[in-house]
Amino acid sequence: MTRHLGNKVVASVAEALAPMRDGMTVLVGGFGLSGNAEALIRGMIERGVRDLTIVSNNAGNLGKGLALWLKAGIVRKVICSYIGTNEDLHTRMASGEIAVEITPQGTLAERMRAAGAGIPAFFTPTGAGTVVENGKEIREFDGRRYLMERALPGDVALVRAHTADRFGNLRFWRTARNFNPVMATAARLTIVECDHLVELGALDPDDVHLSGIHVHRIVHVPEHENAFEYRTVRKRP
Amino acid sequence: MTTAPEPTPWSTADMARRAAREIPAGAIVNLGIGLPTQVGDYLPDGHAWLHSENGLLGIGPFPYEGDEDPNLINAGKQTITVVSGGATFDSASSFAMIRGGHVDLAILGAMQVSATGDLANWAVPGGKVMGIGGAMDLASGCRHVIAMMQHVTKNNEHKLVRACDYPLTAARVVSLVVTDLGVFEPTGEGFRVVELAPGVSRDYAQARTGAPLG
Repeated sequence: MTRHLGNKVVASVAEALAPMRDGMTVLVGGFGLSGNAEALIRGMIERGVRDLTIVSNNAGNLGKGLALWLKAGIVRKVICSYIGTNEDLHTRMASGEIAVEITPQGTLAERMRAAGAGIPAFFTPTGAGTVVENGKEIREFDGRRYLMERALPGDVALVRAHTADRFGNLRFWRTARNFNPVMATAARLTIVECDHLVELGALDPDDVHLSGIHVHRIVHVPEHENAFEYRTVRKRP
Repeated sequence: MTTAPEPTPWSTADMARRAAREIPAGAIVNLGIGLPTQVGDYLPDGHAWLHSENGLLGIGPFPYEGDEDPNLINAGKQTITVVSGGATFDSASSFAMIRGGHVDLAILGAMQVSATGDLANWAVPGGKVMGIGGAMDLASGCRHVIAMMQHVTKNNEHKLVRACDYPLTAARVVSLVVTDLGVFEPTGEGFRVVELAPGVSRDYAQARTGAPLG
């Protein structure tokens, strides 16, 4: 018996990105340049949408990854935790071309986890007593100060997986997992770029990292650059 | 007649070695980006579990040349390895470990630490905004926080102070400060001297500290 799969697997990046519209909020997986949906990120430039709000831990670096979007002028706002050496973002933040909201990394992840789990807001001690409090509701629980953070849903999530089956059950590779699974849960439309595409049953159900319930489109991209940011090694003995 | 010995402040390697002594066997530890990462070099093999907030418990040494994987990195985006028994997970799980109090100790770089244990390590007033990253989560979520920094700035301004004037990372979280001059514990009113680097007198350290040394 075959299962109805909803035709999630698409033939091209262009087809995967067809639902993109101007002004959308896009959750983009990756930690720096690790675990980036490289082909979907490149494909968005050709797709020609603009005024995007991107949610990403770093919004690219070294001119790569989401830095391509920054340079193409298709981004209105960035919600991230860290800018660091991302000069493409520094210059556009300084010029006012792009609005930047910086949020603690754990709060960023939890805001999306909440969005995916139907939780509109939550209280956290992270940021209490700091500028992160500004404009937020403060509550004390058991003598400790907490601030309220709102869920952060996306219109679309761009996710990089190591292996996907045709229903969208996913496995990730090492620390390329990072924000990818939680972003997949938080968007109305989740588009996955996978290194390997397998048939149903090829993944043991106990080995699935993220259920295909969260995945809507899958594009198989076998080749990736997987750029290094800091290649640190030691000499062989 | 005797002369006072020349102060010989600790090198960054000395500081890392000294901070490593604060890590109990079997502890779950997050080492911050920069100097704290070096603390791992001075831990006996298998002594502690190193947590990386981008989704790994069990950081191993840097890989041998040719074995590096761009998708196996620490929070500083350096290529690393995994020890046997290590595990990977996603960012939300990783920060739930931190925010849920499951990480025993964070060793973090610092710009200022106050006598009440406030930590400032993410932004210089008027400087370029680099971002927060995991600093606020680690500082407020881990069960203990040790700060590491040079004792004074390049312009000889105090960094151990009564109250931070840099933007805070978290309030009342630092339990110990390791600097090039020694080890200091915030007491509320000042800092208790736990240990001084060779040749560093209490007066020498006090002259370089913005709160009373006890």
